[in-house]
Amino acid sequence: MTTAPTKPARSLTRAPDTGQEPARRKRRNGKQLLAIWLFLVPAAVLGLYFKFIPMVEGIRLSFFKVQPFLGDVFVGLDNYISVLTDARFMEALGHTVVLGVTQTLGALVVGFALALLLEGQARSLWILRTTIFLPVVTALAVVGEIWRILYFPTADGPLNSILGWLGLGPLQFLNGTDTALWSIAVVGIWSGAPYNMVIILAGLTGVDRSLYESAGVDGATIWQRLRYITLPALRPSLVIVLTLAAIRSLRSFTEVYVLTGGGPAGSTEVWMTRMYSLGFQRNDIGVASAAAVLLLVVTLLLTLGTQLLGKRKAAL
Amino acid sequence: MTDTASRPRALTAKPSAGARFDTALGWSPRVGPNMILRILLCVLVFCIFALPFMAIISGAFDRNSSPTDISLLPKSFTLRNFEAATQQGLWGYLLNSLVVAGGGLLLQMTVSVFAAYSLSRKKFRGQALVLLLVLMTMMLPEEIIGIPLSLVLGDLPLLGISLRGSVLAVILPVGIWGFSIFIMSEFMKEIPGEIEEAARLDGVGEFRMLFTIILPLCKPALGVIGIFGFMMVWDQYLLPLIAANDPSDYTLTVALSVLRNDTTVGPGVLLAGALMAMVPSLLVYLFLQRSMIRGITSGATKG
Repeated sequence: MTTAPTKPARSLTRAPDTGQEPARRKRRNGKQLLAIWLFLVPAAVLGLYFKFIPMVEGIRLSFFKVQPFLGDVFVGLDNYISVLTDARFMEALGHTVVLGVTQTLGALVVGFALALLLEGQARSLWILRTTIFLPVVTALAVVGEIWRILYFPTADGPLNSILGWLGLGPLQFLNGTDTALWSIAVVGIWSGAPYNMVIILAGLTGVDRSLYESAGVDGATIWQRLRYITLPALRPSLVIVLTLAAIRSLRSFTEVYVLTGGGPAGSTEVWMTRMYSLGFQRNDIGVASAAAVLLLVVTLLLTLGTQLLGKRKAAL
Repeated sequence: MTDTASRPRALTAKPSAGARFDTALGWSPRVGPNMILRILLCVLVFCIFALPFMAIISGAFDRNSSPTDISLLPKSFTLRNFEAATQQGLWGYLLNSLVVAGGGLLLQMTVSVFAAYSLSRKKFRGQALVLLLVLMTMMLPEEIIGIPLSLVLGDLPLLGISLRGSVLAVILPVGIWGFSIFIMSEFMKEIPGEIEEAARLDGVGEFRMLFTIILPLCKPALGVIGIFGFMMVWDQYLLPLIAANDPSDYTLTVALSVLRNDTTVGPGVLLAGALMAMVPSLLVYLFLQRSMIRGITSGATKG
C-alpha cells in the first residue's frame, strides 16, 4: 500500500483545517486506502474463487489428459485438435451458429414489429406491453417446459390442433430431426423478442416527432418514414443489442437442454450441450475444457469487437 | 441514466397540432379501419404471448390435464395436482429455490454496493485494472467455466470444505456479477460530490457515508440490480445442476426436468411445478417493473 502523496481524497483538499499537518494527512490517506480496498474485498474474494481460479484451472486442464487416480498427463494441444477434428463438435458448431443467427435476428425483427405496434401512451397499450413481457421474466427452464407441452407432437397437441384448423398437417416439432432446431429457435424468439421490444420502444420515444410531420407534409409513405427516419435513429442501440445477443447465443444451453437435450439423433446438439455431455457425463474433462477455452476466446474477441464498435460509434 | 428516460416523455407530453404522427407507423386514435387493424394485431400478439401462460395455469388446476387437452379454463377444477406435487417434494425444491434466490441476491447486492462504492466514489491506484476484472466476470458465466467450477465446488481451496450439495454452492458463485457492480457504480457516480463533502466535514465515517448518505440516494439503482439479480439467480440452471449431490438439492427450475422424466406423475403435476416456479418471478416483476424497464433501456443506450 503506497503512502506517497498520490491523489488525496477530495475532502482533504477542500477542508482547509486538515491540510497543514503532513503526518496527519498521511494517516488519513492510509485510512482512505484501507477503506477503499476493504470495500473491494468481498467482490475480489468471490471473483477470485468462482471466476478467475476456475478460468485459470480450465485453461490448465485443457492441456492435460485428465484421469482421476492415475494423474494428469500433459498432452499439449491434443485436446484442441480432438475438438476441432471431432465431427460431432463441428456439427454442434453449425447448429450453434444457425440457432444463434435465427434467434438473434428473429427476436430483433419480431421485437421491432412489436414495438411499432405497441408504441404509444394509451393505458391499454401499457398493460399489453406488461403482459407481453412475461416470457422474459419467466425462467428459461420453465419456458422450455411450457413449450414442450405446446409442441406435443400428436395431431391433437396444442400447436398441432391450431395447425389443423389452418389445414396444415401435424408437425413433429421437437421429435423430428429436421424440425427440432427450428422449433427451439421459435422458443428463443418468443422469449427474447419482448426484451428487444422494450429497448426499441425506448429508442422510438427518442425519435424527433417533427421529422415524422415534415415527412408527412412531403408525402412520404409509411415505409419511407421507417427507412429514413426511424431506423437511423435506432441504429446505435440496435448494433449493440445485436452483438450482445449474438455473444449470448453462443453459449445457449438451458433451452436446448430442456427442450431436446441435443436430440433427436444429435440434430439440435449445440456447442454447450456437447461440452456438457463430454465433461460431466463422459468425464472427458481435458477435451471439454479445451472446448470451453475456445468458446471463451471467441466470446472475448466478440466482446472486444463490440467495445471497439461502441467506442467508434460514440466518437463519430 | 435518467435523462434518456425523461427526455422523450417531455417531448411527447406537449401534444403538437398534428397528433397524426405520434407513432412511427402513424396509428391514429380515431375509430377507423386503421384502428381496427391495430386492435386485431394486438389481439393476435396477446394470444401468442399470453395464452401459453393461461394454458399452464388452467392445466395446473385441471383434473385430467394432458398435453392433448389443454384449455384456457380448467374443465374440472381440482387441487389434486398440488397435492401430488407435495408428495413429489416440490415444496422442498421451491424452498431450495427461494433460499438460493434470497441468499444469492442479498450477497450479490451487498457485494455490488460495496464494490461500486469504492469504484465510483474513490480514486485509487489500479482502479482501471479492478474495473477491467469486474467487466471480465461478466464474460465468465457458469456455462464457460462450468467444468473447473464443479471441481472448485467439490473442494474449496484454503477452507478445505466441500460446497457440493449445499445451497452455498449456488449462492456464493452468483454473489459476483459484473453487471450489478457496473450498473450500481454508474448510478453512484452521478451523486454530486458536495453531498459527500458536507457529510465528511461532519465527521461521517465510510460505513455511515455509504449506508446513510449514498445508499438512500441509490434506491432506483437498487431496484434495478435487485430485479436483474433476481432474474439472473432464478434463471440459473447449469450451476444448481452441477452443484447438486443428488436430486434433492435441485432448485425448482432444475427439478422440473426430473418431474417430466418421471412417468408416474402426470403433466398436471409438471404444470403445477411450472406455475410454482413462475409465481415468484411474476411477483418480483410486477412490483419492480419500473426498475426493470429502466435497467433495460439504460443498459441499451449505454452500450
